[in-house]
Amino acid sequence: MSAEPAAARTAADAAAGRQPLYQPKVSRLWWLRRRSYTLFVLRELSSLFVGWFAVFLLLLIRAVGQGEADYQRFLDWAANPLVVLLNLVALGFVTLHAVTWFNLAPKAMVVKVRGQRVPPQMIAMSQFGGWVFVSLVLAVVLVGLL
Amino acid sequence: MADRITLQVTRYRPEQGSAPEVVDYEVPLRPEWTVLDGLNYIKDQHDGTLSYRWSCRMGICGSCGMTVDGDPKLSCGTFLTDYAPGPVRVEPLRNFPVIRDLVIELGDFLRKLVRVQPWLTRAHNRPIDAGEYLQTPSELDDYKQFSMCINCMLCYSACPVYALEPTFIGPAAIALAQRYNLDSRDEGSAARLDVLNDHDGVWACTFVGECTTACPKHVDPAGAIQRYKLSAALESMKGYVMPRGGR
Repeated sequence: MSAEPAAARTAADAAAGRQPLYQPKVSRLWWLRRRSYTLFVLRELSSLFVGWFAVFLLLLIRAVGQGEADYQRFLDWAANPLVVLLNLVALGFVTLHAVTWFNLAPKAMVVKVRGQRVPPQMIAMSQFGGWVFVSLVLAVVLVGLL
Repeated sequence: MADRITLQVTRYRPEQGSAPEVVDYEVPLRPEWTVLDGLNYIKDQHDGTLSYRWSCRMGICGSCGMTVDGDPKLSCGTFLTDYAPGPVRVEPLRNFPVIRDLVIELGDFLRKLVRVQPWLTRAHNRPIDAGEYLQTPSELDDYKQFSMCINCMLCYSACPVYALEPTFIGPAAIALAQRYNLDSRDEGSAARLDVLNDHDGVWACTFVGECTTACPKHVDPAGAIQRYKLSAALESMKGYVMPRGGR
């Protein structure tokens, strides 16, 4: 909240004998005021990196589709330190995105079994459990292919 | 422990100047004193023109919300000793226009509250001699948490979405809509859908979660909103799949 001058007294205010209201302004750096606000803005920003991973995957698929030479060129480009750095940053943001998303699940889902509410931690754990399971399956498939 | 503490109170006196200013007041620091007791002391001993709202002094009326050291708090439940040695900043609730000193203009919230129809709605009322609408303890549990809301507006003050998009209907209004939507006696959820399933309704919320942190009654408005997003999405799906929008 910055010390902006109050809004001018409107004609309606004056007619009703009212003093002007003070309208606080939102600072452009409002998201630095609290840790939770900063985390929230970072989570919003993470959507850009989720989008980047999707583009990266599409480029990979296109390179594979166009033959071995293109695929090799893609691998060389992906090994560029700048691209690796970008992907590492993106991985961090995508992880933030996934973790906050899974933690949201128990807020959105209230599941009752035989009249008893399933504890929120259990719903969150089932999400994380599913994530670990899918990752393991993918790891097994990839190791099997190598 | 020092026996006095300084309150830095934001004062807006429209007839004197155009911008709020911070005024320091020294008040006794007693273990049983809250920020509200400090303000009452200032009004009695230093300056009788200091303006602020309060009533019950026991965290149930919801009138004495203020920003204490940057956090939205009920000033009657916020103890001065927790801020010793001070100073303690006392400002009006954020995100609202200020009428005077610590008194905010709450008309926006009251207009929004009415829009979600926070009352029991029945398609057909049963005759009185048919008796009460009975409810099991489990049905009561479904909405009880949301019925604890005291309309103190701390959640609006904590919400950055409300600060940036004042048309957002806001955490407490949605939590109170859910208080009735989840009540087994209520049949008004379809009427509330259009207000809630809207850009200015639940979809404006980006789940910062600060409303739940600020809530002094553990209502969890953020949870209410995320739950309603799921219901609203299912209702919208029904609109595509079912004849007549499933209504």
